[in-house]
Amino acid sequence: MTEIFGVPMPVLLGQILIGLINGSFYAVLSLGLALIFGLLNIINFAHGALYMLGAFVAYWLLNLLGIPYWGALLLAPLAVGVFGVLLERVLLKPIAGLDHLYGLLLTFGLALILEGVLRDGYGSTGMPYAIPDGLKGGFNLGFMFMPTYRAWVIVASLAVCLGTWLLVEKTPLGARLRAATENPTLVRAFGINVPLMITLTFGFGAALAAFAGVLAAPIYAVNPTMGANLIIVVFAVVVIGGMGSILGAITTGFMLGLIEGLTKVYYPEGSAMVVFVIMAIVLLVKPAGLFGKAS
Amino acid sequence: MSTRSVIVFLLVVALLAAAPFVVYPVFLMKALLFALFASAFNLLLGYVGLLSFGHAAFFGFAAYVSAHVVKVWEWGPEGGIVAGTAVAAALGLVFGWLAIRRQGIYFAMVTLALAQMVYFVSLQASFTHGEDGIQAVPRRPLFGIVDISDNLSLYFFVAVVAVAGMLLVRRAIHSPFGEVLRAIRENEQRARSLGFRVDRYKLLAFVLSAALAGVAGSTKILVFQLASLSDVEWMMSGEVVLMALIGGMGTVWGPALGAVVIVAMQNYLAQFGAMVTILQGIIFVAVVLLFRRGIVGEALAFWEKRRKAGAADDTASATLPERQGKAAPGE
Amino acid sequence: MPDLLTIRDLHAWYGESHVLHGVTLSVPEGQVVTLLGRNGAGKTSTLRAIMGAGITRKGSVQLGDSELSSLAPHRIPRLGVAWCPEERGIFASLSVAENLALPPVLLAGGMSTEEVLDLFPRLREKAGGQGTKLSGGEQQMLAIGRILRTGARLLLLDEPTEGLAPVIVQQIGQIISVLRERGFTILLVEQNFKFASRLADRHYVVEHGQVVDCVERADLAAGRGRLETYLGV
Repeated sequence: MTEIFGVPMPVLLGQILIGLINGSFYAVLSLGLALIFGLLNIINFAHGALYMLGAFVAYWLLNLLGIPYWGALLLAPLAVGVFGVLLERVLLKPIAGLDHLYGLLLTFGLALILEGVLRDGYGSTGMPYAIPDGLKGGFNLGFMFMPTYRAWVIVASLAVCLGTWLLVEKTPLGARLRAATENPTLVRAFGINVPLMITLTFGFGAALAAFAGVLAAPIYAVNPTMGANLIIVVFAVVVIGGMGSILGAITTGFMLGLIEGLTKVYYPEGSAMVVFVIMAIVLLVKPAGLFGKAS
Repeated sequence: MSTRSVIVFLLVVALLAAAPFVVYPVFLMKALLFALFASAFNLLLGYVGLLSFGHAAFFGFAAYVSAHVVKVWEWGPEGGIVAGTAVAAALGLVFGWLAIRRQGIYFAMVTLALAQMVYFVSLQASFTHGEDGIQAVPRRPLFGIVDISDNLSLYFFVAVVAVAGMLLVRRAIHSPFGEVLRAIRENEQRARSLGFRVDRYKLLAFVLSAALAGVAGSTKILVFQLASLSDVEWMMSGEVVLMALIGGMGTVWGPALGAVVIVAMQNYLAQFGAMVTILQGIIFVAVVLLFRRGIVGEALAFWEKRRKAGAADDTASATLPERQGKAAPGE
Repeated sequence: MPDLLTIRDLHAWYGESHVLHGVTLSVPEGQVVTLLGRNGAGKTSTLRAIMGAGITRKGSVQLGDSELSSLAPHRIPRLGVAWCPEERGIFASLSVAENLALPPVLLAGGMSTEEVLDLFPRLREKAGGQGTKLSGGEQQMLAIGRILRTGARLLLLDEPTEGLAPVIVQQIGQIISVLRERGFTILLVEQNFKFASRLADRHYVVEHGQVVDCVERADLAAGRGRLETYLGV
């Protein structure tokens, strides 16, 4: 059997696959964070909670209304997106223009409320969410066995990332978004309803997080604490990538998932920490982040 | 100190001396140590404008170090505190050195991420005993002679440590060093152009803040005879932010008051589990939306307004607005 | 000609600082009117206050029959006014073509993109490049060109000649004349009196956030000395 530095090939590839799956979630979440940060100047601490909420909505849709996975993949982001719109209008709008720190503190509070409410209702043990029928099993790639659902997660995340990138970088709507990120006052003076754009951007970011949450449900089970642990890693990803570039956020997300997977193979004790170590190194070498512009 | 502050100080000392005969000492010790922790944290947030979201690392890891040297190496409590504080300061030096490369919210994210690293180390290292933590830490005699095995005598020791720590924070804030920190908070560019080595000041403030958080953490293990993961978790970092915020982050004593409020709330609601988390979240949101200056800050502002209203007749409009409007763009 | 824009007793603030202290002026339809004055007099603030751009305002700003001062900032341009800010506001993350297409067409009767590019042929050559890679003069042309498409009848131009070479200043002057012939009404902020005096039908002098003098084109010969004193030339 082929070995790479003493590790059998299938084990290595298996971990790379898991790394890419984590990377998918990092990418989709940091993408949403970057979009929200661009327009609202807020680091959304509740982003992990919205991801968790997405998984819960999928769970409720299935168990209360009998709506299966595919419906949830559409409806959960929609529902959480609408929730995000409400959050922005009711809570974030009043603090727009204040020091950035207040946005961080307020969304941190939101994250605590969401997590607390669901922990109160469902405890801290996860609830299983079955892999949908069409994505069960796997296929043999010749050199390894590929579980279908995991392949789907990677493909779906890549598609969503790519779609968002195209939307922002290549469409007139995206041009408005980029312009409003640079100079909202002027864009508004062109007759564009920037406050509405801000609200919808927050809703879209929330929907992206929820989408990742639905994707994650069959893999990690549905758990009130699933977002809190993830968001801290995603913050580190964002510091490493810098928030100036959409493509940067996506690339950094997948890359770090991959590195984490490889670390699990060669130095398992370090896998939980490797992202933070890389963050420290990046801060030393290129403080603005790999894709960031010096401020 | 002015005569008035001396009187206030003596009153507080008298109150602290009488308190354990009325209120359960363990609760008081917890409140005092969190008051110190929050004050230390606020040195950064309130006076340099740096929001650290990772102060649990200094508090919690100092607790582990202190518990380890007291239990396993059989050091005295004072040795435990010194060791815990030293490690927290060293950790603060490294974290601060890394984190001050970024500003604003990035600073918060960096400190949060670095602290999470300390959490994972605490989870995996053998000396911390993972989920169990370091249990049954003995209360050895202080300096080998003073018995602190009962809660009342320990209380007086803890009170001295906490008050001394908070006075040190107060001293730092009112010193020339504190003036420079405030200048950095108001306008970093200008402070730099005046020739201050801004990064050195920030780093020194960070180390001082981390070390005092370490004092609080390493003393706490004497009270509960336990060092555990909950003290290094991100939730703890969030709690100390909340304490400073609710008490008033721009004020010297606000965070201490905030700590007492939060500790009391946790005590009363302990049996409701997730309710504590929900309530803390609601308080965060409410404070940010409704009274950003915190309890002490709002009280001071109210007092100031009344004083001004009273004095308005003789010194008409002699007062400046609290904060100047932003420089006009364009012209 | 009836007045297209009428401003009465306009006050404005940036945060706490009170910058306009009761500006009153009017701009007749189809004419070019300048606001002259030194740095910090309140010229840019007047334009910003018309647009409601990052400034608090009180008083009356009437465009035709519509009152602007109570409208949300993004509703104001929909009534037919467009603003070209002093700092030009070219977006670095947008290409030249994207910058040009950014302001939406809000009313009928604006110029087509082709017409704009005919007016500024250099923009056509550089359409794919990054907006901020253009020269200062080209950026100014882009900033003016993109608001011509929107259908606005009133253009607010803030120091379009600032920091530009004499040849470019001359071109911009020609363009403003062309725009006037096409029926645009223009409120022009200028410090360059020589430039302004060749174009404008009326000059207002702004000092300390108020209009302190007004000179019509017909009285220019008599008023020139007075204006030059205000401007300190």
